[in-house]
Amino acid sequence: MNAVNAVEARNTVKAFGQGDSAVRALDDVSVEIRKGEFFTLLGPSGCGKTTLLRLIAGFEMPTSGSILLEGQDITHLPPNRRPVNTVFQSYALFPHLTVAQNIGFGLTMQGRPAREVKETTDRMLALVKLEAMAGRKTSQLSGGQQQRVALARALAPQPKVLLLDEPLSALDLKLRKEMQIELKRLQTETGITFVFVTHDQEEALTMSDRIGVMSAGKLQQVGSAKDIYTRPVNRFVASFIGETNFLPATTVPGGVRLATGDVIELADQAGRSGAVTVTIRPEQLRLCDPAEAGALAATVRTLVYFGTDTHCHLELADGTEVVARLQSPADGEAGLAQGQRVGLRPVPGAARVVED
Amino acid sequence: MSAAEEAQTARSARNGWLLSAPALVVLTVAAAGPLLIVVVYSFLLPGKYGNVEWGFSLDGWRGILWSKDIFTDEYVLADAHLTIFWRSVKLSVLTTITTFLVGFPTAWFIATRPASQRALWLFLITIPFWTNLLIRTYAMNEVLRSEGLMNTVLMKLGLIGSPLQVMYTDIAVFIGMTYVYLPLMVLPLFAAIDRFDMRLLEAAYDLYASRMQVLRRVILPIVKPGIIAGSILVFVPSLGAYVTPRVLGGGKQMMIGNFIELQFGQGRNWPLGSALSMALLVVVMVALLIYVKYANREQGHG
Ligand SMILES: Nc1ncnc2c1ncn2[C@@H]1O[C@H](COP(=O)(O)OP(=O)(O)OP(=O)(O)O)[C@@H](O)[C@H]1O
Ligand SMILES: [Mg+2]
Repeated sequence: MNAVNAVEARNTVKAFGQGDSAVRALDDVSVEIRKGEFFTLLGPSGCGKTTLLRLIAGFEMPTSGSILLEGQDITHLPPNRRPVNTVFQSYALFPHLTVAQNIGFGLTMQGRPAREVKETTDRMLALVKLEAMAGRKTSQLSGGQQQRVALARALAPQPKVLLLDEPLSALDLKLRKEMQIELKRLQTETGITFVFVTHDQEEALTMSDRIGVMSAGKLQQVGSAKDIYTRPVNRFVASFIGETNFLPATTVPGGVRLATGDVIELADQAGRSGAVTVTIRPEQLRLCDPAEAGALAATVRTLVYFGTDTHCHLELADGTEVVARLQSPADGEAGLAQGQRVGLRPVPGAARVVED
Repeated sequence: MSAAEEAQTARSARNGWLLSAPALVVLTVAAAGPLLIVVVYSFLLPGKYGNVEWGFSLDGWRGILWSKDIFTDEYVLADAHLTIFWRSVKLSVLTTITTFLVGFPTAWFIATRPASQRALWLFLITIPFWTNLLIRTYAMNEVLRSEGLMNTVLMKLGLIGSPLQVMYTDIAVFIGMTYVYLPLMVLPLFAAIDRFDMRLLEAAYDLYASRMQVLRRVILPIVKPGIIAGSILVFVPSLGAYVTPRVLGGGKQMMIGNFIELQFGQGRNWPLGSALSMALLVVVMVALLIYVKYANREQGHG
């Protein structure tokens, strides 16, 4: 292996507080973030995303385990000696300095010559399209502009890794979409490794090279957006990313038997046997003739029209509710009525066994 | 709005200032009046047994820096006066610097306590203010005198063989003023630090600043208004201090305040006393004006 990881966390545990009241914000997290990738930490509030970021930045020390930067153990280095910069959720811009001085701050602190500071600052101002604002105080900027200054300030010293803690959450939807594209562009142009934190799954899916899904202090799954969406390892990941149906089942040779008695063929039983949970995405269910062989018998309960899609809520024979996402036909009429009996068939390979 | 209502509004706006008339009268009588008397007195002749005699004279003002030689009747630079002015400025500057050095960590400590504890700490800081200044100063006397607390402790610890003679020196005055004026430094500093966004510390630390640089490049510039306010609040009363140098400095280590009092008492030179008071006032005012101008310009340009 000659490609060294940009950042690596090895068995990191972070506990806050002592004894019984201690909170394990991170519970044995190991992750390898590759050089030059856009890596996203995704998870619900309180799952430990910020804590992991703060360990990488050096604001917190792990209770146990270690943090490596390009193969070097930096667990005990203070933040000002780590070539890692942070874009804070609150931006934390210096109110007594101008936009240009804010951007040049890191370089000045590193003792770079004034000329280099100026050149880099100008380059950064151009990169985030704020040349006209160089001399302004940061309090005279809009939220989106402050966001750009925070980005430029963190990028100016050319860190090995840029950490971004929900940098877009304070922006309105339109600006947020713009900044998503902007961030992706900056990452590609600078080639710097980005570690991005969000609890917005759509943001994670559209921006990231790879995603780490976290829950309750544990890293649940790491993979590309497609991996995680199509091959979730457990119930949490499957439900947190996109919508899905869960069906109770038991394993049989070559497949699973649903509670309705129907058997679905499965190539991969995830090495499990006995009672399992099967997940099928709504867009991977097709309606068919109820008489067709192998079709699951279902009754239409409600139809919700979403424009291009229609969500069809159905009830299986055993009372389990499932949702199928159907493409709306050209005339907008799905040709379905409430109470209608239909057949339901998963696309081959769509059903997966997941851990609970 | 109807015409009647409009007329009503106009009338109340026209007559509104009348409501502030009582305040204006009080200001005139209480502030401008006495000041005017002092200005007038500074241009009169000293009376034989105090008070003043009517008759225009610049002797009061001249007396600030020059005194008449008893033998030759020529005006010569008054070394004694200069010594007193120099001591006043020196001790005030020292007091301001020391209260800042002690007050800054104190204010920082209080501002970083949980909100529930802050009120208690602030209360402790202001406790001395609930006591009369004279009593506080005599308490300091108890601490500093030869058989006082400080010397007893130091001798018991074996750090010194014989008592330090601190009382009636500049050092005693300096220690006393630092103690008395410390809260005036701590409170504005606390207000400034309380507004300081602690997240900026992490931002600076993240951007390669050392602890010293965080202090110098981020904390101090941002809390500067508090530092300036505290310095003015300490420096101005220090310069005119009367009780502290009187009690702890004895009769000899005079500051401007004592010198002015002397003119109204034993010195029986009210015009000189008045001129000194005015001069002190003018110096302080000019210093404040320069500061305000400087502060405004800084804010305008960034
Ligand atoms: N300084 C601290 N002291 C005590 N507990 C803490 C501290 N910081 C975090 N925690 C706890 O650790 C857990 C993880 O917190 P963390 O801030 O990492 O969550 P997060 O994933 O960033 O959540 P969010 O999306 O809300 O920002 C939470 O339960 C939190 O209460
Ligand atoms: Mg967080």
